[in-house]
Amino acid sequence: MRYLPLTPEDRASMLATIGAKSAEDFYTDVPKSARLKAKIAGLPDHQGELAVERHMMKLAAKNRSASSGPFFVGAGAYKHHVPASVDMIIQRSEFLTTYTPYQPEIAQGTLQTLFEFQTQVSALTAMDVANASMYDGSTACAEAAVMAARVTKRRKVILSGGLHPHYAAATRLLCEAQGLTVMQLPVAIDGEGELGKSVDGETACVIGQSPNVFGTVTDLTSVAKSAHEKGALLVSVFTEAVSLGLVMPPGEMGADIAAGEGQSIGNGLNFGGPYVGLFACREKLVRQMPGRLCGETVDADGHRGFVLTLSTREQHIRRDKATSNICTNSGLCALAFTAHMTLLGGKGLKQLAELNHEAACELADTLGAMKGVEVLTPRFFNEFAIRTPVDAEAVLAMLDEAGVVGGVRASRLYPRDHLGDVILVAATECTTPDDIAAYAAALKEII
Amino acid sequence: MSMNTQGRPTAPAAVSTPVIDTVSGSRGLLQREDLLFEIGTPETTGVDLPTPRGLKDRLGGVKRKADTGLAGLSEPQAVRHYMRLSQKNYAIDLGLFPLGSCTMKHNPRLNEKMARLPGFADIHPLQPQATVQGALELIDELATWLKTLTGMPSVAMSPKAGAHGELCGMLAIRQALIARGEGESRKRVLVPESAHGTNPATAVQCGFIVDEIKADKRGRVDMADLKSKLARTDDIAGIMLTNPNTCGLFETDIKDIADLIHAAGGYFYCDGANFNAIVGRVRPGDLGVDAMHINLHKTFSTPHGGGGPGSGPTVFSEALAPFAPVPFVIKDEDSFFRLVEQTEGAAKDSFGRMVAFHGQMGMFVRALTYMLSHGADGLKQVAEDAVLNANYIQARLKHVMTPAFEGFCMHEALFSDAFTADGIETIDIAKALIDEGYHPMTMYFPLVVHGAMLIEPTETESKAELDRFCDALESIARRAAQGDETLKGAPYLAPAKRLDETRAARKPVLKWTAPLPEQIAAE
Repeated sequence: MRYLPLTPEDRASMLATIGAKSAEDFYTDVPKSARLKAKIAGLPDHQGELAVERHMMKLAAKNRSASSGPFFVGAGAYKHHVPASVDMIIQRSEFLTTYTPYQPEIAQGTLQTLFEFQTQVSALTAMDVANASMYDGSTACAEAAVMAARVTKRRKVILSGGLHPHYAAATRLLCEAQGLTVMQLPVAIDGEGELGKSVDGETACVIGQSPNVFGTVTDLTSVAKSAHEKGALLVSVFTEAVSLGLVMPPGEMGADIAAGEGQSIGNGLNFGGPYVGLFACREKLVRQMPGRLCGETVDADGHRGFVLTLSTREQHIRRDKATSNICTNSGLCALAFTAHMTLLGGKGLKQLAELNHEAACELADTLGAMKGVEVLTPRFFNEFAIRTPVDAEAVLAMLDEAGVVGGVRASRLYPRDHLGDVILVAATECTTPDDIAAYAAALKEII
Repeated sequence: MSMNTQGRPTAPAAVSTPVIDTVSGSRGLLQREDLLFEIGTPETTGVDLPTPRGLKDRLGGVKRKADTGLAGLSEPQAVRHYMRLSQKNYAIDLGLFPLGSCTMKHNPRLNEKMARLPGFADIHPLQPQATVQGALELIDELATWLKTLTGMPSVAMSPKAGAHGELCGMLAIRQALIARGEGESRKRVLVPESAHGTNPATAVQCGFIVDEIKADKRGRVDMADLKSKLARTDDIAGIMLTNPNTCGLFETDIKDIADLIHAAGGYFYCDGANFNAIVGRVRPGDLGVDAMHINLHKTFSTPHGGGGPGSGPTVFSEALAPFAPVPFVIKDEDSFFRLVEQTEGAAKDSFGRMVAFHGQMGMFVRALTYMLSHGADGLKQVAEDAVLNANYIQARLKHVMTPAFEGFCMHEALFSDAFTADGIETIDIAKALIDEGYHPMTMYFPLVVHGAMLIEPTETESKAELDRFCDALESIARRAAQGDETLKGAPYLAPAKRLDETRAARKPVLKWTAPLPEQIAAE
């Protein structure tokens, strides 16, 4: 077996050194009834690379990749172009096959890139400090809610009607497990600005999203003001990190915590994971943050170096008093984010954001001009909601037959909210004028 | 001296090595590398994007006010920047990585190749299910492997890492207690003091109260202490137990523990971090386990990536299966793979959704590739070789170091610092290993052993590698026993010397800040 270096002779000589007769001797602590004599039944035996490759390629061939035709699906994950060098960098063995940098003398590579990641995320969100990543945007959002409860010592969390419903579900779950009360505002395409009205003296935080799940961008400055007046925090969420190149970021709106998805920068779609959760906050809240933090220091020779720091917040030191149970995070996805962001630079990021926005504007103009189609999102970055005269599921199925993956039906995310005729549509820098023309042509046949 | 025809020397001259301080700050192949913000500018870019057309925007004034100011690099600069940084890292591909409890095994490259097939890497979690049937089939196939290997009837695939899997298991227990009408009364979770920190942290995240149980002299759960903690049972929610445990030992009384917890009305959560020791040989389902997470990034070889991403599918017993989270995949009668995404119908008792989308697909592809490569026969051999390698290390070092417990170990060998001279600590031994070209073992964990050194070689090390490692550690151990003070300064040969963690925590600097103009002028 190609991954197992020991030979039968090695095993025999090692057993002799140990003083054991066979490997069975090592399993005598296992209750007899639970010791399996033979290999587990019902599973195939080992196979060579070629056979495994065939099996996997057969499965892969049953999926339609986003690059194989016009593709307009967003709603929390986005089809962007990732430069070739990004994948090459994250496949370097020294990054790919190393562990969490607990031994900083031989992990300065990982640590310095994490320091760069934290700096980039702080700048992108316009927040004071960022951590070294969370699992994804939805879990970052949930952690932000429970962090706000710790900071304010209050027990009520308010979720906007435009917060991605998966984020809302993950947040509700964690909050309720900790005995917090969650108030979910009714689904609204353009309701983020009204969030401040719900805040009361019991509120730990309000969670708003911009761009929200319907694509609506909103200035949350007044929401932050209302929250702060009542002693509550504003958690500002985003699912499309590229938007922050152009759209007002959490820090400029007075957010106390920013939580979002970083997949759009450096990371492929991967059917939903692994992604990279971005988490940033005001400096004064840093000791209540979840997750790892990388900090600057010096080594014994006085040279600059980096270490994991403020570990007294974390589970391996504080155990049941930790701010979160997170351990493994999204290190390699964070490296992909950092490498891509480095290639873009500030100017490149802004330009990328503009290209996304223009593609969406063109798409909205084209679809919105069609009879019976209504663009529902008043202000948007690179995605928006449309209402179609025919049931959205039928529309998408027919578009699919024409080779166009036309978006996400809102009823998949909101099965109980009578949004059967609404489709969420996204465009990115990958969207070509031909793609848009194909969408319009196919849609015309349907409605 | 030999010369070639142009007079160039072709053999080294005999000179003694001077102390070399380089002007560049680089040292041979080890290049000095500043932060990217000190190298690049916001105008520099490594991508060629089309020029935007300048359309009127639809942002309604919700525009960013200040640019990010983030530095960029051209592609050659960026590639060089990250290559130079990579050289400052240790990695499995460079050598033995004996971190106990972390299962740092070889990461097969076929896994990486398969994960990059566009049919897996370039599909969207919300595209129509008819267009991702292969992805859903893959999840279903991996789920079947996990259920078969653990002997458990159900598995939740969405948890993103081990600790997230723990959260999944404990939330299912919470939901089951709520369904029994005992959600408010049963809040106490028993956790051995040797447990990973994530266990108590997870229990608290789910609203439970942690009650620690002691270890006995054999490194297992102290049954007398356990029974005393079960004197009262009406508030017991369950137990979180790692098996094999963090001392690298199989919990001999595990079935009795399961029976006691069940008799008390609680559930048995098993931390599956150490599954590598028993995969293919013991099924947790035969031990009375109700829930267990599986770290695909440990047992099933997906890369650790410098801290993540991981993947923590969680298997469930019949008792907890109805409460498992959404989404999950079911196969319809017409062989259509369907995602159940809402808590209704087949998922009406589900505790809800933990995360956006369907879990770590990229890790699923790698793990299934690994499983197919090994097969049922190979996985059994994986466990045996992992345990054999650990016992070999224990046997080779037990004369110079102090094994924490008597007898054979499982997949990791645990030593205490009892053999060291006064003034020499576990950390000194760990750092000296760096100079010998190895990553240190896990140190100061588990907490139940003084100055613990936990060594997990995994099955992907050859005997020759193990011997080289043992020779190195044996020599360090002898120096530690003799009180060799030079160990206190190790490592001497690493890219950095020991770092000042106290300073980092006292006044945290967590990001780069541009120097002020007066600082630049002063330089």
